[in-house]
Amino acid sequence: MREDAAPVVAQSAHLELDGVVSGYGQIMAIKGITLQVQTGEIVALIGANGAGKSTTLRTISGLLRPRSGRIGFEGERIDAVAPHKIVSRGISHVPEGRAIFSRLTVRENLEMGAFQRTDRAGIEADLDRVVGIFPRLRERLKQDGGTLSGGEQQMLAIGRALMARPRLLLMDEPSMGLSPVLVETIFNTIIDINRNGTTILLVEQNAAMALQVATRGYVLESGAIALEASAAELRASDLVRKTYLGEV
Amino acid sequence: MEQWIQLTIDGITLGGVYAVIALGYTLVYGVLRMINFAHGELFMMGAFGGFYTLDAFENHTTMNDSLPSLTIALAIFAGMGTSVILAILMERLAYRPLRHAPRLAPLISAIGVSILLRNLMLRWTNARRQVFPQVFPRGSIEIGDVNVTYIRIFLVALSILFMLLLYIFIQRTKTGTAIRAVAEDRDTAALMGIDVDRTIVLTFVSGAALAGAAGVCYAMYTTNAAAGMGFLPGIKAFTAAVLGGIGSVPGAMFGGYFLGLSESYSTKLIGAQYKDVVAFVLLVLVLIFRPWGFFGKREDRRA
Ligand SMILES: Nc1ncnc2c1ncn2[C@@H]1O[C@H](COP(=O)(O)OP(=O)(O)O)[C@@H](O)[C@H]1O
Ligand SMILES: [Mg+2]
Repeated sequence: MREDAAPVVAQSAHLELDGVVSGYGQIMAIKGITLQVQTGEIVALIGANGAGKSTTLRTISGLLRPRSGRIGFEGERIDAVAPHKIVSRGISHVPEGRAIFSRLTVRENLEMGAFQRTDRAGIEADLDRVVGIFPRLRERLKQDGGTLSGGEQQMLAIGRALMARPRLLLMDEPSMGLSPVLVETIFNTIIDINRNGTTILLVEQNAAMALQVATRGYVLESGAIALEASAAELRASDLVRKTYLGEV
Repeated sequence: MEQWIQLTIDGITLGGVYAVIALGYTLVYGVLRMINFAHGELFMMGAFGGFYTLDAFENHTTMNDSLPSLTIALAIFAGMGTSVILAILMERLAYRPLRHAPRLAPLISAIGVSILLRNLMLRWTNARRQVFPQVFPRGSIEIGDVNVTYIRIFLVALSILFMLLLYIFIQRTKTGTAIRAVAEDRDTAALMGIDVDRTIVLTFVSGAALAGAAGVCYAMYTTNAAAGMGFLPGIKAFTAAVLGGIGSVPGAMFGGYFLGLSESYSTKLIGAQYKDVVAFVLLVLVLIFRPWGFFGKREDRRA
């Protein structure tokens, strides 16, 4: 499918959720979400704790199966596709809280990111590229993932997702628990990844940062979309300023 | 002195068998947080797989005589194949449907599978011990004043070989790494593109292959196979896995040898009739004082 050394350029990433209902057992955590992500965009999904942001991402990546509604990616339905097959379709998910394999080495973590790929040379090249983006990982390739600091784990989680060469990257609160300097680094990386052709759906509680890098955004409240607008409009809206940017 | 050397050799022989079986418990526990109580029956069925294969070749004595190593290899592979096929069926029919059920459900299912297999074989063999064909060359070598039979040397070497192979598989291959990833975090493993169901099956298959090989070798060693033969070694290997820290591969290996040697020395120190009790006393002690075992990590013991 892919050329070994092809640059990571998006072809036609296009994600569409249409009336998606999903949750856990009896609990419906998202209640009919409709949203689109166009090729090349960074779209922010913001909302308070418990609004259903993570549930939305987990449903897109197939960990949860929607109760109803449909999810399309690059023109094909993916809402009944197993999570490992969604990865091979071009979607990678950086989960909330990093979810590093703590007993696998940093290198093994990165290799697991490329699990579906068989192009050895390409995998090695991408591993080099990732440690080029995050030089701190290079020195720690042989260390167990569990020995990394929070910031390094976030770098590893992002790098690991890139190892699959995704066309769409789902990121769940990459700034969580990081120092302001590290948040800055991570967000700069997000912009770089996007410039290199990966479409991004970015979930954040840090709405200020998210709306700085995003082109458009959605505000999620209690499992439903409350607002949809360009990032600039959202930054200016009363609801967002009062509730999510902490302005009075 | 010779007696102690002899006991040590006994302990290492038996310990290797326990260790190889214990790996199956620990691998499956690692990915599913479940004790496969039917694992001892995979050991037993493996022995019968080897037995019936040799039985089918019984008249071809020329083959046995001229090529004992080929016959032995054939029996071991047949035992491994039998256990592997059974393990695949077991996982698919008895455990996978209960993947999201309360934790007790697959445990009870495993006990059910164990009882079922044992009784099927009781019926099939009319509850008789089957004399395992004498395929292994008799004889022994002298190490100092101590006599070591060929089969013993073979057993010790083979168990080390199998453990080494398993260790390389788990630590050095992509599939092995995926097994470790699934053991640590199933959802995240799926997000990497790992087929979690397939990886779980492969884990069962690895454990079953070891159990099947161990079953055949144990039957060659004890010169018989019986429907109940999986019970004691199974529960002792389980003890070994817990001793080492269930979920830990080096732990299972350590636990196997520790238990084998403890049992062996106890025959001299306490008396042969208490040999089987030692395992259970050790199990109880570990469960009380160090339930995560010697190599296990404390947080691994979360409910
Ligand atoms: N594993 C789970 N089981 C049951 N309920 C859950 C689970 N995970 C999240 N929830 C519930 O679903 C809702 C949405 O959660 P989540 O998607 O994690 O929100 P967010 O990511 O926006 O903070 C919350 O009410 C939460 O309590
Ligand atoms: Mg969340």
